Amino acid sequence: MTIKTVKDAINDALVQSFEEDKNVILMGEDIAGGKGREQYQGTQDAWGGPFGVTQGLYTKFGGERVRDTTIAEAGFFGAAIGAAMTGLRPIVELMYVDFAGVCFDQMMNQAAKVRYMFGGKQKVPMVVRTVVGAGFRAGSEHSQTLYSLYTHIPGLKVVAPYDAYDAKGLLLSSIKDDDPVIFMEHKRLYMTSCEVPDDLKPIPIGKGRIRREGTDVTIIAIQRMNLFAEEAADELEKINISCEIVDPRTYSPLDEELIFQSVKKTGKVIVVDESNPKCSLASEISSLISEKCFSDLKAAVIKITAPHTPVPFSPPMEDFYIPSTKKIIDAVKKLKDV
Amino acid sequence: MIEKEKINWIYKKIFTIRFFEERIKKIAKEKTVPGYLHTCIGSEAICVGVMAALNQDDWISSTYRNHGHAIAKGCELNEITSEIYGRKTGICKGRGGSMHISDFSKGMLGSFGIVAAGPAVVLGAALQEKINKSNKTCVSFFGDGAIHNGAFHEAAGLAKLWDIPMIFVCENNGYAEATATDWHLNTKELSDITKAYDMLSYIGDGNNVFEVYDITKKAINEAKQKNTPIFLEFKNYRFSGQYEGDTQLYQPQEEIDKAKQNDPIKLAKENSSKYGLNKNDLEKIINEAKEEVDKAFDFADTQPWPQPEDALEEVYVNYPVEINR
Repeated sequence: MTIKTVKDAINDALVQSFEEDKNVILMGEDIAGGKGREQYQGTQDAWGGPFGVTQGLYTKFGGERVRDTTIAEAGFFGAAIGAAMTGLRPIVELMYVDFAGVCFDQMMNQAAKVRYMFGGKQKVPMVVRTVVGAGFRAGSEHSQTLYSLYTHIPGLKVVAPYDAYDAKGLLLSSIKDDDPVIFMEHKRLYMTSCEVPDDLKPIPIGKGRIRREGTDVTIIAIQRMNLFAEEAADELEKINISCEIVDPRTYSPLDEELIFQSVKKTGKVIVVDESNPKCSLASEISSLISEKCFSDLKAAVIKITAPHTPVPFSPPMEDFYIPSTKKIIDAVKKLKDV
Repeated sequence: MIEKEKINWIYKKIFTIRFFEERIKKIAKEKTVPGYLHTCIGSEAICVGVMAALNQDDWISSTYRNHGHAIAKGCELNEITSEIYGRKTGICKGRGGSMHISDFSKGMLGSFGIVAAGPAVVLGAALQEKINKSNKTCVSFFGDGAIHNGAFHEAAGLAKLWDIPMIFVCENNGYAEATATDWHLNTKELSDITKAYDMLSYIGDGNNVFEVYDITKKAINEAKQKNTPIFLEFKNYRFSGQYEGDTQLYQPQEEIDKAKQNDPIKLAKENSSKYGLNKNDLEKIINEAKEEVDKAFDFADTQPWPQPEDALEEVYVNYPVEINR
């Protein structure tokens, strides 16, 4: 067992995938950094992406497979699709998910649809690694989560790991997957760590995880919200309220059965999602529960989300924007009394 | 000197495409064909001339105006027709329709409804060829309207930067939907836009199938030799409207009349003796093409509709939960 950060676990999964399959390539903006200054010592692999996640890959595997791109997401996302169709397993980095708009056509209309629309003859085994999340004082255009944007599109798979264990296991399986996968990494989780076995096997896409067993209330937490759910559960345990935490981990496909089992057990549900509330994962999960588990519910599902605003910059406002441990505790207490 | 077999192939394909498009236009007028139809009357020489320079397993991308590319690339006529009719035995199992006629097994990466989606996808296929040290030719077809779209420019920039020997084929047919090309261009020649990428480009007569073939063949060799992308602009005229049912009020009659003098089929016929085909040879090819088109439409008429639930298939390679939730 080794303690790993999410950032290192992702780097490990990339290195392992590169070693296992020569068809794996990586494309993105400054995924190495220092391109064009190779003649100077120490410039190579200067960045490894803005968060240093891909650092070392260029040095280890070379510029043919680790390709720094121009700031042209539509261009290299489209290229990933063509490369995937013809035999490679490209991983492309969308530096921030907030940049989805400049290459959404490639994901929505091409990557997601070519298999279906052209009669099932093609597959597009590509992974989009992207950075999501508020809490970095990064303002409205570098802080969104946008989980539901991609989850909405048939043909795409969406994965959003919380800890280093899941990050490594799910990235390994995303790269092996034959469908296009959006792999979302939360910038506030990169430096969090947990035990990750060196020989960790790929974790199947579509399987959620019970992070804590409990009997009174189910908290369904999306990505970073697991942190607050854990904190809330610890507090509530002190006053003898037992919370079950469900981390769906992947949103398309979604492990509905795991959610329903927990709902049947507690009958009281809170969904915590850092995204804006309209047409969010929180609203999707809440609607599924009311459709499939209505008779098991002892109270209406409570959704805790960000408000219907862009992500604000200033710390007091951004902290207000992000769902909090306190909001979860308050909601659980409210449900407990039902 | 072009071999006899290739000349016959070129003539057969160019007539097949014209007859096919005339037939589908007629049918669309007489009875209902589901969905949108974008025919390529006037583009036959570009479709056939470029494809004559390719192998069956070379990669291409097409657009919603794809019937000619698909026919020239070797897709089955029966399957194309069934697809346009929305039948189960269509080339895309009825899930694509006229705008998305594409057969991956014939080297088609896709026929995209989004203008300028193709160049970047072909760039990726060409990148794969480069990384795997394979040598398939990679060609993206698009119209003059696509050259203003960012995705085209992003693909062009990366192709040049990465030394990717792909071929950009722009069919400059005079119209971007209902907007005249001479109005929407900012440069004197369309291919001048490649100057920003220091990319080689050549302009050819898109009505002359042998000129298209010749330019394309040379470009492929040059691109591979120099490890560089090449942009080809073929000028022609879009006799079809943007779509079937288009009033084409924006296309002046005198312009159409003038363009008819350079109709690619007319030119091909006029040139036939130069390429060693006598009147009988030509007639034989024309009859064969007609017959094959007739057979394909008869075939499509008899084909079954898909089951409604077939809509749920092949969204993913593998999806562990039921798709229709």
